[in-house]
Amino acid sequence: MTKWVWKGIRTGVKTTAYPRTQETAPGVSPGRPAGTRFPGEENSRAVARLCPTGALRSIKDEVLVDQEHCIHCFRCKRQDSVSNAWEEGFEWSEFTKEGCRLDRSFSRSLHIRTLDAGACGACMSEIRQITSPYYNIHRLGFFITPTPRTADILLVAGPLTEHMVDPLRKTHEAMPLPKKVIAVGTCALSGGLFETGFACRGGIGRTIPVDIRVPGCPPPPLAIVHALLLAAGKQIEAAGKERQ
Amino acid sequence: MGLPLNNILQFNEIEDVAAVRWQERIGVKVDREKLTVNLTSEPELLPELCGWLFSELGYSLATLVAEERDPDWIIRYIFYGPLGAGQVHVTVRFRLLSTTVPSISRHIHAADWQEREIEDLFGLLFAGHPRLGDFVLHEEWPEGVNPMRASFDAGKPYPFKEAVPEWQPKRILEASGSFMMPVGPVYSDHAESAHFLLETVGEDVIRTIPRFFYKYRGVEKIAEGQLAERVVLLAERFSGTSAFAHSLAFCQAVEEIAGIDVLPRARALRVLLAELERLRHHVAAIAGICSSTALAVAAAQAHILEEELLRLTCRLTGHRYLFGLNIPGGLSCDLSDTRCTTISETLWELLGRLKDLHQMLRFTSSFLDRLEEVGTVSKEKAVSYGLVGPVARASGVSRDLREVQPYAGYGERLKFQVPREEEGDGYARLRVLFSEAEQSVNLIRQGSSSLPSGPVRKRIEMKAGVALGWVEAPMGAAFHWVHLDAKGTVERYRIMTPSFVNWHGFHLAAEDFAFQDFPIIMATFGLSNAECDR
Repeated sequence: MTKWVWKGIRTGVKTTAYPRTQETAPGVSPGRPAGTRFPGEENSRAVARLCPTGALRSIKDEVLVDQEHCIHCFRCKRQDSVSNAWEEGFEWSEFTKEGCRLDRSFSRSLHIRTLDAGACGACMSEIRQITSPYYNIHRLGFFITPTPRTADILLVAGPLTEHMVDPLRKTHEAMPLPKKVIAVGTCALSGGLFETGFACRGGIGRTIPVDIRVPGCPPPPLAIVHALLLAAGKQIEAAGKERQ
Repeated sequence: MGLPLNNILQFNEIEDVAAVRWQERIGVKVDREKLTVNLTSEPELLPELCGWLFSELGYSLATLVAEERDPDWIIRYIFYGPLGAGQVHVTVRFRLLSTTVPSISRHIHAADWQEREIEDLFGLLFAGHPRLGDFVLHEEWPEGVNPMRASFDAGKPYPFKEAVPEWQPKRILEASGSFMMPVGPVYSDHAESAHFLLETVGEDVIRTIPRFFYKYRGVEKIAEGQLAERVVLLAERFSGTSAFAHSLAFCQAVEEIAGIDVLPRARALRVLLAELERLRHHVAAIAGICSSTALAVAAAQAHILEEELLRLTCRLTGHRYLFGLNIPGGLSCDLSDTRCTTISETLWELLGRLKDLHQMLRFTSSFLDRLEEVGTVSKEKAVSYGLVGPVARASGVSRDLREVQPYAGYGERLKFQVPREEEGDGYARLRVLFSEAEQSVNLIRQGSSSLPSGPVRKRIEMKAGVALGWVEAPMGAAFHWVHLDAKGTVERYRIMTPSFVNWHGFHLAAEDFAFQDFPIIMATFGLSNAECDR
């Protein structure tokens, strides 16, 4: 077994320094469309029409983006004539109107249970990455737990299929107070392409209360880490330190 | 299936043999250019006809496509053969009023789950099938309401029955001390939602009863009535970890209907990107196997490679999971030659590290003990369940669609091998994953060094028609059957995925092994529930 120990040591530290410093390695995030001003009203309307989920809205010569509906299809970007602006970065998470952070006692030990409410696999894969060496959430005092009974945070991905409504409710009920819910990805926020119908509930917000939204299709691992930092109340101090 | 048949001869013979055996009772039409035989038959002849194709001619079942075309039902049984044997489509047509068809699953066990699915979603009965009933739709869903029927309104939430709290699954095992262990749907750290009922006497798993479709999103239903250019987004988002493969299959079907040939550069780039996806998927599957055996350093090494591949993909295409690239008619954006070459150089270095990892794993006895002779699937069973992809290839069945039914840029100069192992155990599946990852890097290197020039996107005029698109997805053969009307609206969309097929055979591997092997066997299958449930 010593060969594995040496292998681990030789590999060195791969982990990002985020949130101490901003992560700028290429490829950590696909970016997302940003609100854009166009020369002329007809241009902004033409761009908004390209959106298959209605996430883009044109008001006069401006296009506004509803990130909860954006599925990162790139149709507004990959245009021959006029194309929408694309923003870099990954700090996309935000509190919902009712949402708030946990108190300070959780800042060094926060336990997370993930739940798949019909996700396509990409969101689940990105959630899996947050424990991998490149992101390693353990260094921040975040831990994945297999049971909701010891979980403080529920990470939910997927548009909420009918068959997952009961398991989701029961999982949420089984968690001790105080508990927070993070909705990961466009599907969990609005249902994305799967909409509301006989098989899907169009997001989890109508079934359990959501505290933090993480838009993206899928949101990159650092966007999920950002949401966890928000929940633990660590982001405020971190953001203040180096980004003046 | 293993017999080296004289394939070209066999393909031409189908017409004559079928005519002699069944005379006027079946219609035969051969399309030599597309290497497809279209058979039309009466429902009564189905079991015999399909059994003949499967057992005597060695064809594999691709998918069953049921379609409600007022005033008739049309069911297509699609088969594909080894190299040069093309495809056989068997079509039956009968009145909507009669809802019974003879089951073919007695002859072809691979059709078992597909018939159950059609029964649940369309309400068609398969006479002679041993187990119909709750499958895709669980107990809460009332019998007799079938969401895939044209009369069903999919846009509204459906009022379910209350779930029965004292519901108990049917138990098979009656021995004293035996019990049933439920696993899921919310279990393990990051597992996808699925439920397994494991019947056990304490240590050995005697029976594995999967209960799936927790993630049923009704993709085939919600695609109906939407334009093809929107449905392609659904095709890539129902299974995010094999998004490129599935959107490619859908696009190929639409392009086939429209009768256009994709431009050479788009064909070459599609191969490159599909292989990049396969490589990433396989590395992730290897990481999963290492974590399931609690070999932390090896799992970390594989996760490092996976994240690097995700970043590489994002730098090359703008998206970490290759979303938004395939569109009917080609690709939505071009990738520069220099970028592709740089990427292939980086992959070469990455492959070196992947090989190092393989080498180290090969000499880690505690790891091998957990994989060798665990979760064994015999070749006979793999054939009879129609298993596909790396799982089948680890059991000695190597039918790879890239080789036997070339599509996109495969079959044009590109050279690759289809790895095959004979043991059928967890270790054989791991070795297949490593060899396939290596082949993918080789394909990307070949592809990026000889990219044709020109545009990647062609205007596409929509036409009415039906077509089958197929790809070898990372997990195995995937088939997308598309029916469009003249405006390009989808009338029927059928998706058959490798995860659906392989989950059917999963119990073969899990039964008669110890309880603690269960997660390891599951990891070596490396299947996706999102892809299975749709």
